[in-house]
Amino acid sequence: MPEHDVLIIGAGLAGQRAALAAAGEGVTVALMSKVHPVRSHSVAAAGGINAAIAADDDWREHAYDTVKGSDFLGDQDAIEIMCSQATAEVMHLEHIGVTFHRDADGLLDLRAFGGASKKRTAYVADITGQALLHVLYEQLMRHSDTVDRFEEWFVTSILLDDSGTCVGVVARDVRSGRMETFRAKNVILASGGAGQCYRPTTNALICTADGIAQAYRVGAPLMDMEMVQYHPTTLAENGFLITEGARGEGAHLLNSEGDRFMERYAPNKMELASRDVVSRAEQTEILEGRGVGVDGKGIYLDITVVPKKRILESLREIVNIGRDFAGVDITREPIVIQPGQHYIMGGVKTDNDGATRIEGLYAAGEVACVSVHGGNRLGANSLLDTLIFGRRSGEHAATRAKGTAMPRVSDARRNDDIAMIDAIIARPHAGRRISEIREELGTTMNTEVAVYRDAAGLDRALEVVRRLKEEADDCYVDDRGAVFNQDVLGAIELGYMLDCAETMVVGAIERKESRGAQFRTDFPKRDDENWLKHIVIAPDADGAPVVSYSPVTITRWQPEERKY
Amino acid sequence: MAEFTLRLRRYDPESGEPAYWDEHVIELEPHRSVLEGILQARARFDGSIGIRCSCRAAICGSCGVRINGEPGLACHTHLDKAVASSTDGVIEVEPMGNMPVIKDLIVDMEAVHWKKIRAVTPWLLAREPVPEREYVVPRETMVDITQSMACIQCGACVSDCLAMEVDDEFIGPAALAKAYRFVGDPRDAEQEARLRELAEDEHGLYTCTHCFKCVDACPKGVDPMGQIMRLRRIAGNDQKIDDRNNGHRHEEAFVKNIERNGVLHEADLLTDSFGGKLNPRALPELLASAPAVVTAMRRGKVTPAKALLHHHKAPKGVKAIFKEVEGHAERYELNLYVSGRDEDDAPPAGTEASA
Repeated sequence: MPEHDVLIIGAGLAGQRAALAAAGEGVTVALMSKVHPVRSHSVAAAGGINAAIAADDDWREHAYDTVKGSDFLGDQDAIEIMCSQATAEVMHLEHIGVTFHRDADGLLDLRAFGGASKKRTAYVADITGQALLHVLYEQLMRHSDTVDRFEEWFVTSILLDDSGTCVGVVARDVRSGRMETFRAKNVILASGGAGQCYRPTTNALICTADGIAQAYRVGAPLMDMEMVQYHPTTLAENGFLITEGARGEGAHLLNSEGDRFMERYAPNKMELASRDVVSRAEQTEILEGRGVGVDGKGIYLDITVVPKKRILESLREIVNIGRDFAGVDITREPIVIQPGQHYIMGGVKTDNDGATRIEGLYAAGEVACVSVHGGNRLGANSLLDTLIFGRRSGEHAATRAKGTAMPRVSDARRNDDIAMIDAIIARPHAGRRISEIREELGTTMNTEVAVYRDAAGLDRALEVVRRLKEEADDCYVDDRGAVFNQDVLGAIELGYMLDCAETMVVGAIERKESRGAQFRTDFPKRDDENWLKHIVIAPDADGAPVVSYSPVTITRWQPEERKY
Repeated sequence: MAEFTLRLRRYDPESGEPAYWDEHVIELEPHRSVLEGILQARARFDGSIGIRCSCRAAICGSCGVRINGEPGLACHTHLDKAVASSTDGVIEVEPMGNMPVIKDLIVDMEAVHWKKIRAVTPWLLAREPVPEREYVVPRETMVDITQSMACIQCGACVSDCLAMEVDDEFIGPAALAKAYRFVGDPRDAEQEARLRELAEDEHGLYTCTHCFKCVDACPKGVDPMGQIMRLRRIAGNDQKIDDRNNGHRHEEAFVKNIERNGVLHEADLLTDSFGGKLNPRALPELLASAPAVVTAMRRGKVTPAKALLHHHKAPKGVKAIFKEVEGHAERYELNLYVSGRDEDDAPPAGTEASA
């Protein structure tokens, strides 16, 4: 039975950063991921990473912009930590080899981004996430003697001992089908978001809420689950991301009348208002009949106003995406985009060191909710979040490991999980296909739990999700093998997504106001008196969601009306 | 909507049966991807079809396959284009080459691709002292290495590398492109040592045969062969690394041979590569090459007359090209991110966007 001081689940930016940080403390570390680390969804982050690097900038301004972006739901102590440590983190990344774009003087170049009062986004063309992820993986290869890597291992359960302390996981080697108990003094969840609960989504097929559901099932409370970000610029047909960097470089949004409509919604920041504001503006234009493209459900993003040389060197990826997936040369003509599911601000509730309410269990990155993003995340703050809180989790878990004995764990749960998988494989071809249930879940969430929401739609969504949970218990698989049985993993992922989706809907029903990404047409105003608080959801003994609240931490900035 | 037939190469390692072909008819818009077609077949007909995939947008590098015999990403190939390149109207999808198949379209990248990547010391060996803030480096250098940084490690270039088919220890296009990412990085302290190791490795820098397969295969415009050629120029011309594989001298001899003869004079090339007919190393090397020469003669590739009596002299046009190229004060390096591919209406270099 493998044993480690710190076992990290998920090898995107948060997981890799946590692993390197923990290894730096001299403890034994394992990094486990259901895909090869460089396939993690952090690879898709395009635009950049925020830090108040410029001489005329200050981390407090970055923090204020983040608080304002969160619609005052973000916890200000956590935001202060993230923003004050940002420049040091970016410099660390630069020193280990990230090829950040330079200005004419050879210093880090910074680009404009949404919701930011200054240019503070460091970037590598529009492949920033990829560059960061690959450079951290370089470091993992360098430190392969101190970090054990379990690439293509899929977690089926988190293990708790009798006192409720986390003591490891059960996982399946995807390549062989072998199930194994991993014991660990600490487990850090860094397994990313839940975008596949929606269809379409910018998120990769692997973003199936695994860590959120795994933690929730062992009783870890989730927070801010109603806050689901719609990115203003996703490809109409398939949901692919067009980076906010495009608007950062000066691109315009136009409606069917050729108007730069953001003038009416955010006269100061225009296209660079926060994402919730821009997405809502676009959706309003579309609903009022000024959309473009198929069924008038799109908006034009006009990048042709950016000089072509600049596009080719700093937005090359979206040139490719436009050409390959929409048949559009973005250097010559506008491209049709629409708001699309992109990110979840919510996740497993943690403190500022990544610790969840379960002793020995940590969470960092999109799977976690610290909460630094509150009601709405600013662009280029997610990479920062993964790295800062990935590092802090790794360090804290390593420190905890030094004062903790290696737990004793039996193989009982592993045997249960083997039986669970055997049972899925043995199901008769009688129920629905996994793909049908996923499709219905995704389209339902994208219809009812989207940019605009109301009680009737949310109730419908809850009904559908609960019915799908029952149907998922009978869904069948075709693959009966052990080697790379992606079919049976898909059935397990479906269960994770449905648990997560249920909490998203329950949270959205609970919050009877409009704040950040949650806009209730039946409660269109922000209501600080009643709702300046986090919604926390934990399961009861039968696994049903129970709602409670948690106060918002305010340090410097009192809530005020939000204008861009 | 249109119908497409996919012919997938299937292999179940647990069945004891050999690989086989499996056909499915799917329905999608013609501009949707082959990956979406495969996922539809998996969703509707057979959940056991094995393929790695994640982002669907040519960013994560998971879905490297061969489509109608050509390597690439399944998510990056349109169905209509795939049909156009098929021989019988059926889109044929196979696992990538040069790597062992695990199941269906899934290959063992760890055993080949990642092993080779690890062989080039794939991390920055930072120049000391490490500054408190960022390293101050020329703007162009970072844009330059971003081209190899853009590699998504999909393995498409490894799949069809012809040199690797002959020499499976060849370090290969992806790993060499990765090496350029450090050699070209002014923050790295070990440029010379890195180049020396690659040049002296008999499965290294000079094993590439310039077949362009990797350039065509790469879905991200990394141009692995271009990076290999740049490594060679820096190793041979700038660092003057005279490798034991005779790689650099062979290259120089080749260029001189063409300059002199216009078309290749093979007998001269062989000796010139070892420093000319009078060089003490030439004779043993010539003798060592004898079996290859004999084989070539037996197969009619070379005749004694052709080998020894080569009267062709380079025409004026060839001489003019040499004059033009060698007349440049600075070597001209082409890089996608630096130059752009078609700058017909680009503003002058150095112009920034006003954001």
